[in-house]
Amino acid sequence: MLLYIIRRLLLLIFVLFGVVTLVFMLIHMIPGDPVDIMLGDHAIAADRKLLTENLGLNQPIHLQYASYMAGILRGNLGISIHSKRPVTDEILERFPASVELMFGAMVVALIMALPLGIISALKPYGIIDNSSMLISFLGISIPNFWLGPLLIILFSIQLDWLPINERGGIEHLILPSITLGTAMAAMLSRMIRASLLEVLNEEYVRNARAKGLPERKVILKHALRNALIPVITIIGLQVGVLLSGAIITEAIFDWPGLGSLLLDAIYSRNYPLVQGCILFIATIYVLVNLLTDLTYAWVDPRVRLE
Amino acid sequence: MFQSKWTYIGAVIIAVFALAAIFAPWLAPYNPYDMRLAEQLSLPTLEHFMGQDANGVDIFSRLMHGARISLSVGVIVVLISGTIGITMGLVSGYYGGWPDTILMRLVDILMAFPGLLLAIALVSVLGPNILNVVIALTVLGWVSFARLVRGQVLSVKEREYIQAARTSGQSDARIMVVHIFPNILSPVIVQATFSVAGVIIAESSLSFLGLGAPPGTPSWGAMLSEGKQVILEAPHVSIFPGLAIMLVVMAFNFLGDGLRDRFDPKSTIN
Repeated sequence: MLLYIIRRLLLLIFVLFGVVTLVFMLIHMIPGDPVDIMLGDHAIAADRKLLTENLGLNQPIHLQYASYMAGILRGNLGISIHSKRPVTDEILERFPASVELMFGAMVVALIMALPLGIISALKPYGIIDNSSMLISFLGISIPNFWLGPLLIILFSIQLDWLPINERGGIEHLILPSITLGTAMAAMLSRMIRASLLEVLNEEYVRNARAKGLPERKVILKHALRNALIPVITIIGLQVGVLLSGAIITEAIFDWPGLGSLLLDAIYSRNYPLVQGCILFIATIYVLVNLLTDLTYAWVDPRVRLE
Repeated sequence: MFQSKWTYIGAVIIAVFALAAIFAPWLAPYNPYDMRLAEQLSLPTLEHFMGQDANGVDIFSRLMHGARISLSVGVIVVLISGTIGITMGLVSGYYGGWPDTILMRLVDILMAFPGLLLAIALVSVLGPNILNVVIALTVLGWVSFARLVRGQVLSVKEREYIQAARTSGQSDARIMVVHIFPNILSPVIVQATFSVAGVIIAESSLSFLGLGAPPGTPSWGAMLSEGKQVILEAPHVSIFPGLAIMLVVMAFNFLGDGLRDRFDPKSTIN
């Protein structure tokens, strides 16, 4: 296990290094002078000079890269252009809202996927299985920037049950969570079904039945627990879908998280903040993946030998 | 039977949308840029059966023209990223060694950006327009093809018929193109079908966020974003473009699923 962890950590360092390099290159991919684009045509020369120096754009590129790298190692992602505040502060301020939304989405996904997946596996090709299959096709295909507005139309405008925008109590969290969690629920329910179906044929399940355990116990205690192992990986990978989907969901519901911070930064051409957000989201994703893999290796020792 | 029925439904839906896209300039009842501000946000009527948007433009005509953008971006991105990914996957899987190591590490780095994040990043610096969307989605898309093909090549290259081709003195390029590629084509086709669905959603997501087609372009994602501005007064503006996206994406998913079952009957058992 230790060897496995070390190998994964080395890979992690390499990947993060690559990610930082790519994000660093972004500002140099802007066609034209980035300072012109950020400040607009009417900027005075002094402001332009100041920003150029602040961003280090007057230095040779390898020095820029070195100081960017050094800054990141100290947790310094640069200064946000308009607010003049550290990018790190702005990101950390918005992060809890995104976590809340992703957590809500994951809860929604599990509430929908667990019963659907289990029932489908117990009665494969039955009515519930077939309709849950159709529902998952719908869930995967429905774009969340359409599902969100549809939910708003139904629950906020027609029925007037739930508030439309912004963060607040739990009732504010419901629609955004459903919007973000549906695709994940669709994917998960099919995964749980497939995984449970496979496990139900195993000998230890037959064994549990043979020794006369009640069916409920066989399913929940013996089969489901093992069936959920591969599902862990999917949940980990789905965090990426949530992180990326949160950008769109936050735009629909004016949710004050990282996604809307990133979009606002893009619209106002605040590139240091754009870079910071992208780097932050990618890092979170890489770390969650590592955690998932380690958990998976811990529950299923065969993985470590790969 | 359940499966194959849905496959045909998928194919038919795709055909209908493709025809609508191709013949939109002749079939669309109105000009998709024809603003009638006096009729803005009017509800569906006999003349405009999906209603009119905030500029009074006929929504149905805009949808038909939007199909041109969505489908062509979907197909073009999959063709380019597929070609790049297949080539990279073939070379790295076949030769192994350092080309393989470089490719896999590059893939690791690109995969560190979840979902659309990398595309959003690229479009945000390159500027929002359709060409840059195609570039960004290609950068995103080739990875899955490369990984798939590499894995397939690894499992095929030790087979006897490949050894035979090698012993008979055929060139590596010929072995890859003539002997390996046709044998791994089916999963690639399945992947391409699913990818078209993914690219269509990605393109409309970017347009929805204002990072795709420029404002005013009849693109499904942009239409939804305009619809969101007026969702309180005119929910109908949001309904039809989303329905179009969902139908097309679902159709490609049905087709991909059906093709997978056809190519690999084992996968139906689960």
